[in-house]
Amino acid sequence: MWYLCVFYHRLLDYRKPEVESLAELFDVFDNGYGDDLRNNGNAESKSLQWRLPLHHHPDSPFHFVNLPSEDAARKIANRSILVKGIYELWGEGSSYEELEEAIKSYPDERKLPYLTPESTFKITVDSFGKVISFEEQNDRIWGLSYIPFKGRVNLRNPDHKFYLIEIDNYGNNNGLPPVVHRRIFFGREVGAADRKLLPTYQLKSRNYLGPTAMDAEVAFLMANQALAAPGKLVYDPFVGTGSILVAAAHFGAMTMGADIDIRVVRDGRGPDCNVWSNFKQYGLPMPLALLRADNNLPPWRPGLKEVFDAIICDPPYGVRAGGRKSGGRKLLKGAVGPYTVPDDKRTDHIPSTAPYSLVECVHDLLDVAARMLVMGGRLVYFYPVLREDDAIDTNFPEHPCFRLVASCEQILSLRYSRVLLTMVKIGPYTDELEVTARMKHLEFKENHLKWLEDGNLHSAVFSPADPQLGGAGDTKFSKDSKPKYRGKYV
Amino acid sequence: MRLLTHNMLSSNIKGVTNGFPLRIEAEKVVEKQVDFNPDFLKNMFPKLEWKALADAARSLGYGELPDAADASMLDSDDFLRRLHHALLELHLEEGALVCPETGRKFPVNKGIPNMLLHEDEV
Repeated sequence: MWYLCVFYHRLLDYRKPEVESLAELFDVFDNGYGDDLRNNGNAESKSLQWRLPLHHHPDSPFHFVNLPSEDAARKIANRSILVKGIYELWGEGSSYEELEEAIKSYPDERKLPYLTPESTFKITVDSFGKVISFEEQNDRIWGLSYIPFKGRVNLRNPDHKFYLIEIDNYGNNNGLPPVVHRRIFFGREVGAADRKLLPTYQLKSRNYLGPTAMDAEVAFLMANQALAAPGKLVYDPFVGTGSILVAAAHFGAMTMGADIDIRVVRDGRGPDCNVWSNFKQYGLPMPLALLRADNNLPPWRPGLKEVFDAIICDPPYGVRAGGRKSGGRKLLKGAVGPYTVPDDKRTDHIPSTAPYSLVECVHDLLDVAARMLVMGGRLVYFYPVLREDDAIDTNFPEHPCFRLVASCEQILSLRYSRVLLTMVKIGPYTDELEVTARMKHLEFKENHLKWLEDGNLHSAVFSPADPQLGGAGDTKFSKDSKPKYRGKYV
Repeated sequence: MRLLTHNMLSSNIKGVTNGFPLRIEAEKVVEKQVDFNPDFLKNMFPKLEWKALADAARSLGYGELPDAADASMLDSDDFLRRLHHALLELHLEEGALVCPETGRKFPVNKGIPNMLLHEDEV
């Protein structure tokens, strides 16, 4: 059945993938439901059917989605972060007269059960792109008196919530999707995101923070992309302060994390300000394990594989926080020869580490994920990309064990974005793959310096504007330039 | 550090052929209650190295696990509860994990094992 899905107008690339992932989580695609996404004629996965209202831009908050049942729609909406509401549409029109006709012709058996005398209801007037005054809202509600509401009004906690949504033609100002003719929707809310979640988990009241702690909203989106749920085991190899695991734990998953920096993982800032206290703050079950480990040389026993249901992480890109790996910078550069730590200094020895390029980091992440994820498990991670002429290079990392399911861009600055990649494990980790990975690992070691210099994201992001661009470059900053559609900046 | 974690770790020092299982030197062991979740235990069971788990539990003072186990035992609530206790409720807070081949100690402090390799082990 087709439902109206209204999104919060932010993080535009994340909206539909979240709904698709939640549809997967709630088994919507079982029994053959959904459209096939085909690659070379092979049905690879399923997706939902979406439709845009007439004349609407794809970035519009309004979409129609086909879902098999109200139960599925409610579960998806209530677990989501970006769905403002999913509504069973009772009518739509470009004028209130058209709307009235549409609502009157909507079948009674779909309407009457929600208008009974024993029930309570509330009608909310919502608008997009304009403000409707309180008096005007009241007028519009009274204008709906042809609908036979028999129950009582309850504004706090009604049994049924109805929405009258008006979109008007506002031209193309302030970065909202251009074009939209006046359209009015009236529907019954089936489900909506719990926006009380974010104020509870917001970082500014988080007990233990680090400079790269993941924003709560994005952490929940990552956990949804990874299908975190009770009974699942989720791993973060760059756990830091645990902000991503907190989101996964909120959705009932069991968590495990590792980090190369022992101070973050073991000590925190004190006995009441560390990763454990973050979980305690929200009454969430503690991680099953936290360890200090190097994802470049993971401590897993040989033969261990297919243990995690999901790996969710934000690897170090080397821009604001550089990654490290074992080995010792001077050692890898060849500036000093290999040395042995004297026995009496062993216990307190802090091994030196070397800078970890993004390329090698992602290679190791894919290798560990290919091995340690169960079949069908999800790898969800952020990948930084440089922006050029308002577009990004969409050559994302690939691996034979994985299929890319979603890529969601979040613009961070003029120069660069990060893209949340969602990959599903579709093939087993073979001996051949293990051998290839080991050889690649040695190749990285041999060419340590080369990988640090090439693809150095940090300098690309922080370098001053290219003087060669001269006048052409300045137009980006001039006030005369056409205001860009800022949709992806939110 | 729980025994679930211990069951996954090995000494991957360069040149070592068999770094699993790590021998446990226990200085401080704590028991912490965890909600019983039979589905999780049943899912984890096939991925466990049983003998290593039973030996590790014994070294932490818990000898109630059978020396060998197979999937049919998962039907027994008593077995599941013992497995639950050994796998999730015993914590090594302070001590070390010792590489069976080289004797190198990986310290465990505040429940966190430090598995980082030294420069000459890479």
